Amino acid sequence: MDLKKIIIFASMSILLFSTGLKAETEKECFEKVSRSIFKFNKGFDKAILKPLAIGFNKLPEPIKAGTGNFTSNIGTLLTVPNHILQGQWRLAGESSASFLINSTIGILGFSNPAKKMGLKNQQEDIGQTLGAYGFNAGCYFVLPVLGPTTVRDTIGIVADSFVDPFAHVTIREHELLSMSGSEMDYFSIKGASAIDFRADNMTNLDSLEKNSLDMYAALKSLYLQNREKKISNTFSSKDDDGWDELNK
Amino acid sequence: MKKLINSLVFISLILISTKSFSYNSDPKIFIDELVTDAIKILGDKNISKADKSKKIENIALENVDISALGMYTLGSIRKTLDQNNLERYKDLFEKYFIKSLTSRLTDYSDQKFEVLNADQKSETYTIVSSKIIESSSQPEIKINWRVYTKDSAKPLIRDLIVEGLSLAKTQKEEFSSILNSNNNDINILFFKLEEFINN
Repeated sequence: MDLKKIIIFASMSILLFSTGLKAETEKECFEKVSRSIFKFNKGFDKAILKPLAIGFNKLPEPIKAGTGNFTSNIGTLLTVPNHILQGQWRLAGESSASFLINSTIGILGFSNPAKKMGLKNQQEDIGQTLGAYGFNAGCYFVLPVLGPTTVRDTIGIVADSFVDPFAHVTIREHELLSMSGSEMDYFSIKGASAIDFRADNMTNLDSLEKNSLDMYAALKSLYLQNREKKISNTFSSKDDDGWDELNK
Repeated sequence: MKKLINSLVFISLILISTKSFSYNSDPKIFIDELVTDAIKILGDKNISKADKSKKIENIALENVDISALGMYTLGSIRKTLDQNNLERYKDLFEKYFIKSLTSRLTDYSDQKFEVLNADQKSETYTIVSSKIIESSSQPEIKINWRVYTKDSAKPLIRDLIVEGLSLAKTQKEEFSSILNSNNNDINILFFKLEEFINN
């Protein structure tokens, strides 16, 4: 790890712990700045991401599905070590098997035969692993282009690049099992993944924007709830969610 | 997140597009009947969009606890509002809720739905679990319905938890953000609601 990375990691750690482990996750780090970045991201979406997603949606269904499967399969490489770090051995096994089957029988991951075999492949990352270890999310903010995050999840994004074997062979340009790649490969996959996500949610994001009084707050709430759910690996929302108080 | 957003439109429509008659009082059957009915109506090409929108109001008013949902989304500030402001809020929220759901009507596409089970959490709440069955265009989506059962003869929907994410909580935090950014001035929220309703 070079000095620059250590400084970034240390800064993030200070920010995380300065919020206190019991801090409210809804707390903003710097709301005004985040709202400005959110506006920028909306402009970026309107000018670049959305037009690309519209074009992507016009592609034949097999190409769209294949792209989604391919990027998702590569994402499994990050999922497996995180399952292991969380002691989820069965899920780590299932994800590994899913990756091997899809990469071979599934023709480099463009097809998803593992799913038909009943193998689960949920996405995991270091942010979730830190959450599972009990680290509080820290305050919330918005990153340019990348979107909603928290201090913990931002540390996770940086740490992901050290844990993810795909990042290892691409952005770090190390060889692994005789495979290697380049930064371009890494960012191409991340870009394709973002376009695939945007294309899948075209109507729904438009609808959310149209029906929100404060879209920034709505997305923040959805993001934080989603991360909480992924960390606890539970489907249900909290039993009362404040409703019982209403009946008093 | 992806699944959640994917299902927002569908769920909203289910809530608002069913026939106006009383459903079974058993929460599980209530949801099953309501959703089955909604899918049938939404798939009926003989019903115009305008007619579907008209049904929205009736069904939402009959089967969703809009008043309680409004109070929940308002948060703790509801305890400090005077009666006039509370009544004004209730009125605006109902209009906002109806319009918000109606506007999503055009986004509907056919879905297959299955009610799985019901879990009585207390005398007043039952959580009904269900799922939208996976299709070629979308993955399976799990949905929990928070059904209010204080009046056992007339269950009411209070919240939807889509893939673990509460739609009511999201709405509450949206309103809370508006209030917090404006010194808890309820008039700003009224203004935003009116702006949405009138646009």
